[in-house]
Amino acid sequence: MATKTEDYLGITDYKVIGTRPIRHDGVDKVIGRAKYGADIDMAGMLHGAVVRSPHAHARIKSIDTSKAEALAGVKAVITVEDLPLQEDKIEDLGEGAANLQHLRANVLADGKVLYHGHAVAAVAATDIHTAQEAADLIDVEYEVLQPVLTVQEAMKEDAPLLLENQTTESLGEDTGQKSNVCTHFRHELGDVEKGFAEAELVIEREFDTATVHQGYIEPQNATALWSADDQITVWCSTQGAFTVREQTAQILDVPVSQVKVVPMEIGGGFGGKIRIYLEPLAAVLSKKTGRPVKMVMSRTEVLQATGPTAGSFIKCKMGVDKAGKIVAAYAYMAYESGGFPGSWAAPGAMCIFAPYNIPNVLIDGYEVLVNKPQTMAYRAPGATNAAFASETIIDEICEQLDVDPLEFRLKNSAREGTRRADGPVYPRIGNEECVKTALSSEHYATQLNGKNRGRGIASGFWFNVGLKSSAAASVNSDGTVSLVEGSTDIGGTRTSIAMQLAEVLGIRAEDVKPQVVDTDSIGDTDVTGGSRTTFATGWAAYQCALDIKEQLIERAAKLWEISTDDVVFDNGTFSSSDSSKTLSFKELAGMLDETGGPVMGRATVNPSGVGGAFAVMIADIEVDTETGKVEILRVSVIQDAGKAVYPSYVEGQMQGGIAQGIGWALNEEYAYNRDGLLTNASLLDYRMPTCLDLPMIETHIVEVPNPGHPYGVRGVGEVPIVPPAAAIANAIYDAVGVRMTNLPMSPGEVLKALWAKNGENGTA
Amino acid sequence: MNAFDYEAPQSVDEAISLLSAGNGNIGILAGGTDLIAQLKEGRKIDLMLDLKQIPEATALSFDEDSGLSIGAATSCSKIYSYDVVKNHYPALVDCTSLIGSIQIQNRGSVGGNFCNASPAADTPPAVIVLGGTCRIAGPNGTREVAAEDFFSGPGQSVLQSGEFLISIQVPTPAANSGAFFLRFIPRNEMDIAVANAAASVVLDSEKTTIQEARVAIGAVAPTPLLVADAGAALAGKAVDDEDAIEAACAASRAAARPISDMRGTIEQRIHLSGVLTRRAIQGAIQRAKES
Ligand SMILES: Cc1cc2nc3c(=O)[nH]c(=O)nc-3n(C[C@H](O)[C@H](O)[C@H](O)COP(=O)(O)OP(=O)(O)OC[C@H]3O[C@@H](n4cnc5c(N)ncnc54)[C@H](O)[C@@H]3O)c2cc1C
Repeated sequence: MATKTEDYLGITDYKVIGTRPIRHDGVDKVIGRAKYGADIDMAGMLHGAVVRSPHAHARIKSIDTSKAEALAGVKAVITVEDLPLQEDKIEDLGEGAANLQHLRANVLADGKVLYHGHAVAAVAATDIHTAQEAADLIDVEYEVLQPVLTVQEAMKEDAPLLLENQTTESLGEDTGQKSNVCTHFRHELGDVEKGFAEAELVIEREFDTATVHQGYIEPQNATALWSADDQITVWCSTQGAFTVREQTAQILDVPVSQVKVVPMEIGGGFGGKIRIYLEPLAAVLSKKTGRPVKMVMSRTEVLQATGPTAGSFIKCKMGVDKAGKIVAAYAYMAYESGGFPGSWAAPGAMCIFAPYNIPNVLIDGYEVLVNKPQTMAYRAPGATNAAFASETIIDEICEQLDVDPLEFRLKNSAREGTRRADGPVYPRIGNEECVKTALSSEHYATQLNGKNRGRGIASGFWFNVGLKSSAAASVNSDGTVSLVEGSTDIGGTRTSIAMQLAEVLGIRAEDVKPQVVDTDSIGDTDVTGGSRTTFATGWAAYQCALDIKEQLIERAAKLWEISTDDVVFDNGTFSSSDSSKTLSFKELAGMLDETGGPVMGRATVNPSGVGGAFAVMIADIEVDTETGKVEILRVSVIQDAGKAVYPSYVEGQMQGGIAQGIGWALNEEYAYNRDGLLTNASLLDYRMPTCLDLPMIETHIVEVPNPGHPYGVRGVGEVPIVPPAAAIANAIYDAVGVRMTNLPMSPGEVLKALWAKNGENGTA
Repeated sequence: MNAFDYEAPQSVDEAISLLSAGNGNIGILAGGTDLIAQLKEGRKIDLMLDLKQIPEATALSFDEDSGLSIGAATSCSKIYSYDVVKNHYPALVDCTSLIGSIQIQNRGSVGGNFCNASPAADTPPAVIVLGGTCRIAGPNGTREVAAEDFFSGPGQSVLQSGEFLISIQVPTPAANSGAFFLRFIPRNEMDIAVANAAASVVLDSEKTTIQEARVAIGAVAPTPLLVADAGAALAGKAVDDEDAIEAACAASRAAARPISDMRGTIEQRIHLSGVLTRRAIQGAIQRAKES
């Protein structure tokens, strides 16, 4: 579909957009009737369990499944041998691409295990306890290898190699050099050396950030039925049914049309539910047994074996001139990709200096194998790590120049026409408006008093994505519209999509019945990710509504025996141009049979015109200098939504992103011991914030319409997680004078930093 | 989880005979908040012995002479909702009301917390400073052990095979006394102590001098520790004697023998033993003054 980048309709007096109707899925979710993956139950269903590696890095010498197979109740056992061989080929899988051999070796280890918890074999049995017992009976003999746990270690020349054939691709060329470094890329703008030479003040620091988990509450799950006619149905909880279909078909080596994926309600994803883990195992176990096979991960399995997001090592350097303008910026960004290639330095590099207009920039990015699960997206993947570095440096610059951190950000703000180091020139963006809103907020105007208290500011950017979406809708005779679409509903997208259809047709949001359907029932739709769903699937719904509108105009014209040009449609009413005849949407909907039969609209889109999103956070904190614990006193987040289709959802996304960012900042980390074993694979010890750890998060929605969307929508889901780590680090500095350069800034780390500065008794 | 038998004896005697009957590996069940989690992680048992049908095990009673009696399987929420506990044993409210979450407190018991014998358990320090004792039933009758002597190592107590804990006895607090418990955790709930501490003090009638004091610390050694030197440093000292309080903190730091793990480092835990000891003492003095 042709979608120009100047599609904004310029409307502001919406009827539906910007309101807060009751969400369509609300009742089912509140009363517990909504069906999630783990709710699936079928006659004859078997339960699957996975055998996982107790080592971080080892060669598999042998697998003996005989004892498991002999156990009563066990119906099938599989290893990687049961998965078809794959070519060494990269496939696009939605938000991110993957090498098929790696995808196969990730779902079941192929000769080598690359992280603690790596799947080695799977079992199906009549009940889950028997399946687990059988899994324990599978003897795997390992030759344990030395694990590599940080990017710095992995990049050393003599580091043990995870994948023996991995070579470094540098600046787009295969170097042929065997290494754990999969990729090195570079973005260059202007002349960075010259820029630094001209700078009055240059600040440079190194940052380390831990591997972290997305924290979705619902564990990964999959139920599969491989029927006798080779039709495969998969029920699962995923951000993208079509990417699951694509991946599963590839791994099973069957045509995509043979796989139907039924997306269940999802209990959170945040980027972690795009890649497949259990789906092909359940499918192959089903093929072997002829029965449906259900697999649900335990929390420990989720933490050990699904993709967290990348830990990183970043060196960042920025220079300002006498006038307080940033003249040069450099970043060295090395991100963990886990056991297989594919990481998040690239998006991190797109974001690291994005809120600023900087003439000279150099960014070197590296994606590096380490013995951890293959990293996956997490809400603005890569950008939180990046902003932690750049926004801390900016804070230090402001401190040294003695300028207000928001005034500094305003002065150096990127705006329409600014070129980002990775290439794009910004269309109309809302960064300045966000900074100005922060400056004029009551929060910023209120002084923070008290010992060991501090305020920190940070900005963040996320580019958002477009990608493909489909929608189809049928007009019901009672004047409602049934809408089907393929985007997993996360954060209320059913409703925000339905509202965009309702706006065109002049009907209420409640008069649209939205449904998320399986892969046989709607056109291809990319993942709910990249903050794209309200933007792109909403656009499809908008187009779909235009299609319906055109058809209904034809029906009215037919009925009134006038030309379609003489039919006017406004605010839900069709009328003849001489105003002699009118019909409401509902009335006309009741007359479809007499005018030619049912009316259905359809649309597929793949829009460009994506609008990037900016956010600013103000964080007030207090440090307990005796324990190192940071208490969050007050937080505000200011974000450009373009147009908030459903303001409560936007506020919810802003608050959710900030909450997760606070967890990332303060306590969350995968704690690996020296042997590479994950020691905190539970939510008791993987410390996400609870509601007692968070203040009310104040939200300010800024609306600078995105010229690339008919309603001006920008994605909103991801950017709020970008500023928190930096804002809190800056607040800690303001409170107690220590610069925290590692994440998480846990009590122990803050205490260590305080001791380094003041001595243990606070007297040195 | 493997298959196992389940029994819910109605009396102490019945429980003892089930324990002695050679039923293989027995898992005694109080609230199950530790036990069931352990079974899910691979602990194997042949018999689950549920104590909650034994009246003594779920009782909660008070009498001026013998003090408070807490059935070993009495839930934390029942304990902290009990008026006597609220009014006379606030240190028990401190610890029972911060274990896990409300759901965990509705199931988990002080007895289970003791018998699980985690070095980081949150109820032992308070019970220790309150002078509590553990009443143990076994094939040869019952015996009593001071709370501080109940633990013998991580996951280990003085319970012999065939024995179980029936109740915990806590004496009636002296006049002009106060006790306080706190822990340090990175989050504000649902967390395991990096270190914890409790203190109790008995003041003179003027409430200016500490006559007697007890300090206990946890999560900093293989078992919860009664720090006798800390108590001794405070005895006979004025309530505002900063040097005495600092001496007590130093005694706690000296007594701590922690390990480093993902919850905290040795240095951090030793330091926190001192910080928490100070805060516990101050809290106990405050409560004694208000008593
Ligand atoms: C999410 C979560 C959070 C938690 N947070 C905390 C916390 O903040 N602080 C804390 O200290 N603990 C915490 N715990 C651990 C646990 O809840 C406590 O230790 C609780 O007090 C255990 O009591 P229970 O009645 O559930 O014990 P159970 O699980 O029933 O028993 C614990 C152990 O003691 C044995 N046992 C129980 N009763 C007896 C008896 N009378 N005689 C002999 N053996 C017996 C059992 O066989 C088992 O081995 C947490 C646990 C969870 C799951």
